[in-house]
Amino acid sequence: MSLLSVRDLSVAIGAAEPVDGVSFEIGAGETFALLGESGCGKSLTALALMRLLPEAARIAAGSVQFAGQELCALTEAQMRSVRGGKIGMIFQEPGASLNPVMTIGAQIAEALKFHTGKAQGEKIVELLAAVGIPDPARRATEYPFQMSGGMKQRAMTAMALAGEPELLIADEPTTALDVTIQAQVLDLLDGLRRERRMAMLLISHDLGVVAQMADRIGVMYAGQLVEVAPRAAFYAAPGHPYTRRLFAALPDAASADKAAYPMRGIAYPLRGTPSRQRRLLTIPGSVPPLGTQHAGCRFVERCGEALPVCRSTPPPWREYTAGQQVRCHLETAHTLPAESADFAARAKVGAGETALLEASDLKVHFPIRRGVLQRVVGHVRAVDGVTIALRAGRTVALVGESGCGKTTVGKAILGLQPPTGGTVKLQGKLLQGLAPAAMQMVFQDPFGSLNPRLRVGEIIAEGLRALAVAGDPALRVAELLEQVGLSGDMVGRYPHEFSGGQRQRIAIARALAVRPLLLICDEPTSALDVSVQAQILNLLTDLQAQLGLAYLFITHNITVVDYLAQEVAVMYLGRIVEYGTVDEVLRNSRHPYTQALLAAAPQIEAGRDGNREYVRVAGDPPSPANPPAGCHFHPRCPWAESRCRAAYPAPAMLSATHVVRCFLAGS
Amino acid sequence: MLQIKFVLLWSDLLFFVLIAAVVVGGVWAGRVEHLRLAWRQVGQSRVGMATATVLIAFVLVALLDSLHYRERLPGDQENYAVEVRSALDATLTGLRTRAEKTYSAPLATHLFAKESLDTDLGRSFPRLKHGGAHLGDDLAAHDSDIAAKAVKGLGLGLLGTLVFGLVSLPLRRAAPHLAWNAQLLTVLVLCLLAGAVAVLAGDYHVLGTDKVGQDVLYLTLKSVRTAILIGTLTTLIMLPAAVFLGLLAGYAGGWIDDVIQYLYTTLNSIPGVLLIAASVLMMQVVIDTHPEWFATTAERADARFLALCAILGITSWTGLCRLLRGEVLKLRELEYVQAARALGVSSARILWRHVLPNVMHIVMIAIVMDFSGLVLAEAVLSYVGIGVDPNTISFGTMINTARMELARDPMVWWSLVAAFAFMFVLVLAANLFADVMRDAFDPRVVKL
Ligand SMILES: Nc1ncnc2c1ncn2[C@@H]1O[C@H](COP(=O)(O)OP(=O)(O)OP(=O)(O)O)[C@@H](O)[C@H]1O
Ligand code: SF4
Ligand code: SF4
Ligand SMILES: [Mg+2]
Repeated sequence: MSLLSVRDLSVAIGAAEPVDGVSFEIGAGETFALLGESGCGKSLTALALMRLLPEAARIAAGSVQFAGQELCALTEAQMRSVRGGKIGMIFQEPGASLNPVMTIGAQIAEALKFHTGKAQGEKIVELLAAVGIPDPARRATEYPFQMSGGMKQRAMTAMALAGEPELLIADEPTTALDVTIQAQVLDLLDGLRRERRMAMLLISHDLGVVAQMADRIGVMYAGQLVEVAPRAAFYAAPGHPYTRRLFAALPDAASADKAAYPMRGIAYPLRGTPSRQRRLLTIPGSVPPLGTQHAGCRFVERCGEALPVCRSTPPPWREYTAGQQVRCHLETAHTLPAESADFAARAKVGAGETALLEASDLKVHFPIRRGVLQRVVGHVRAVDGVTIALRAGRTVALVGESGCGKTTVGKAILGLQPPTGGTVKLQGKLLQGLAPAAMQMVFQDPFGSLNPRLRVGEIIAEGLRALAVAGDPALRVAELLEQVGLSGDMVGRYPHEFSGGQRQRIAIARALAVRPLLLICDEPTSALDVSVQAQILNLLTDLQAQLGLAYLFITHNITVVDYLAQEVAVMYLGRIVEYGTVDEVLRNSRHPYTQALLAAAPQIEAGRDGNREYVRVAGDPPSPANPPAGCHFHPRCPWAESRCRAAYPAPAMLSATHVVRCFLAGS
Repeated sequence: MLQIKFVLLWSDLLFFVLIAAVVVGGVWAGRVEHLRLAWRQVGQSRVGMATATVLIAFVLVALLDSLHYRERLPGDQENYAVEVRSALDATLTGLRTRAEKTYSAPLATHLFAKESLDTDLGRSFPRLKHGGAHLGDDLAAHDSDIAAKAVKGLGLGLLGTLVFGLVSLPLRRAAPHLAWNAQLLTVLVLCLLAGAVAVLAGDYHVLGTDKVGQDVLYLTLKSVRTAILIGTLTTLIMLPAAVFLGLLAGYAGGWIDDVIQYLYTTLNSIPGVLLIAASVLMMQVVIDTHPEWFATTAERADARFLALCAILGITSWTGLCRLLRGEVLKLRELEYVQAARALGVSSARILWRHVLPNVMHIVMIAIVMDFSGLVLAEAVLSYVGIGVDPNTISFGTMINTARMELARDPMVWWSLVAAFAFMFVLVLAANLFADVMRDAFDPRVVKL
């Protein structure tokens, strides 16, 4: 019998039902993943199980059986002993779920006292050790602000484990974390599950994370489950048209191609070759807004295979392959239409031979001030000697973990952040102060990058006005909107009327208004859903082909890099540790940090071949205010030697384009 | 020939400018979408509509009291009386002129204290000159007369509400989703009260009389202008400085930020009351040594009043400035500001188009929040004698005189209660309105 059995669970907010008739089961020791894009009702489902719904929402129908007990029938007092007892929960934002004025130990003690009657110091230390926190006795006396994000998420997990739960609900547990830390936390969760035979409900939007963790998967769309399948079947052949499109929208490698790890003979993690000539498949339209009345299939507006019956009748559950249930009218397996033409244009673009932009030895040091007199006591070396060159029509990707200085490099090139040292040359001319409009930036947060008080037309026209560009601004604005795939009559609307992807298009149009030669894209898709990310990546590729733009693409998503870029620079603590063409860096990486990054990136290939073995890098990235002596990476590097602690390795040229800063690279 | 000469005091001028600015701002806000939405939310809130109605009633009284004039003296020469009166005074001539000898309780027919009268030997309560004079010797009819007048007044109030309801009908039609019912209910309560008080005030002192026999109702109504003006003009004076310095400090950073921060932390660390006391005394000396600057006592009182506003303004801009600086520090790093900089937009334009509109909600909320604080501050300052000119009628001066009366036996409670009740209603309305405004304008308040 299964541990948790959810039947026809519906959650209502007013008249709308953001969760509508969801049913699934989780057995002891099993991981069930709820997968879906933002707003599809994943988190509400989890909160409904815990009976922790926000004020406005209520459980409208359904039953939740947990270990033979009907949770929906329990009183609030009884429910409280289930929460954090038999069922533990960890949330997305580790910082927001810990009390900042209590020590970690005290918070765990609280959970322990509540569920087992008395607080035991030993038990606290034991729990902290179980979640892999080094020096647990000391850490127990520390406050949340003294811990890194990964550490906090571990502490949260320790609290969830305090009640010895049989079911752990993890709502996007690693979304706020860096890839290397994400890998550590995922490993931890998986290990704990196996050790304690815990069941786990994992909520995620990331096909890669799910591939690595889940035994069975449920895909949600607009409040309903549309597909439930075991992992292998799911990743081998997703059944629902929506799921299939989700996969097709990924810039991931399409076919398995297991290369050998170039150093030390460990299985090489980045598998498959990217289909760079392939246009990403996009899902037209957007998720129906909450409160839409559905007569038939909820996906019908966006489905390429829709039949007449789909509009009128809700689709039934259907067995697709053994154990793989799909809610769709289609009887037979279908093939997706090949998405439009390949990027024929992409090859055509004459990549400029001479450098458009050259930044050499760029440095940005932020002073750290202390005391009443605000004396400078040190520097955050956010960027510490970065050299980068961009050519017209080409893309250089800048990858690295959070806080390594990627954004600061972008801002320093634009002059938004005055550099402490180094030079920036555009078309051979030395730049001083704010860069000319020939360089523009597209930002990560589609909600922060548009002034909410201005209309779209005014936002896009701003650059035209600032530069006093000749011609009718209204015409040009309409033309720009068309160029980024929006319609020209949207000028009168305000940013809040647009979805995340549309806002990102507007931001791109604003940058294009001044006819730039170079765009610095700072994580332009990391706040977007996969299907929308595909639209933006296609748009960027099209624009590059049409306009011959150079991109500096800042990201932490390796698969996007692989798909989009020709050259890659890997940054660690303010310095570029490896630089080369995509194939050199991603398929023939010579720096241990790059290898660790690649290893940590969750890949959907894991879902197909079940290979979940990876090299892991331990520890957290150090602070750029106080970098380790010698090679910055040595405290975390599995191959560190004594010379690594003494001096920073000089650049080693492995080929005309491939530069690595590691003592072992040459050997 | 005109029988009056209009007098435009400085405070009147500023008040009119302010009202005009509010009207113009209102029209402009109607065009800007996010403001329109926010105001609509205020209008949809029952508390918002009710408190706004109360506040508007207060402002109307203040406006009426700001239309000043001097009467022409009889005679051939063109001479004008030295007293400056207002339209409110003209409306309330009855109340103003029907002074008694000294204290009398609300609606009383006799003085509050016994006096020895000529007619008989003992001491007894003398009849009032005006209060209840129409009753003659028929004192038994006192209660029924009051009841009859009150009923008549309530009837008039009801009629007034009906008329108002009819007149405002097109407005309700135009914007049917606003909380008009709450507004109408408030108008009803106000009209009923005003009707009853107005009819009764014809023959009685509804709120009694004070030590020198002045009608307390008259005094309270006159205090409204002082309170409203203190609350609004002070803000008007401090606002430009607070906004300008706040934006500058936050956006420019560096030494400019240091200087501005230094300025407001220093100002803040001097106890406010001390600073105000010192400034008021200095200003008092200046005004006293230059009597030739002022044609009438009203002008002198007005100068002192404005100076008080200025001093209060100077001591209270720091809070808003600090708030704005913090917000701008955040906004400056926002990506749309960065994007504008990358496009080469000038700093002034960025401040005007990207920063200012996004801190406006803070400014608006601060204005309304400060209002009640300032009204109370005036009362406290006048109470300790460093507030408005003693000749200016205000809640503070009323309370100041009432404090002696509380010590009398039997207690004279009505001036204090009257001042307190009016001030309470005004401040409560302003506070509730501020809450509604904050909910509507603060983007951080989650709207479902
Ligand atoms: N204005 C500033 N003052 C002081 N330190 C700063 C400032 N801006 C950035 N830093 C520090 O510089 C380092 C690099 O920051 P940056 O924003 O460039 O990182 P990033 O690689 O873009 O990270 P993410 O992936 O999180 O966007 C960080 O340690 C950050 O705390
Ligand atoms: S039911 Fe019809 S519309 Fe819905 S996914 Fe299947 S084929 Fe598409
Ligand atoms: S130099 Fe040494 S510590 Fe640094 S990455 Fe290479 S092997 Fe590791
Ligand atoms: Mg960044």
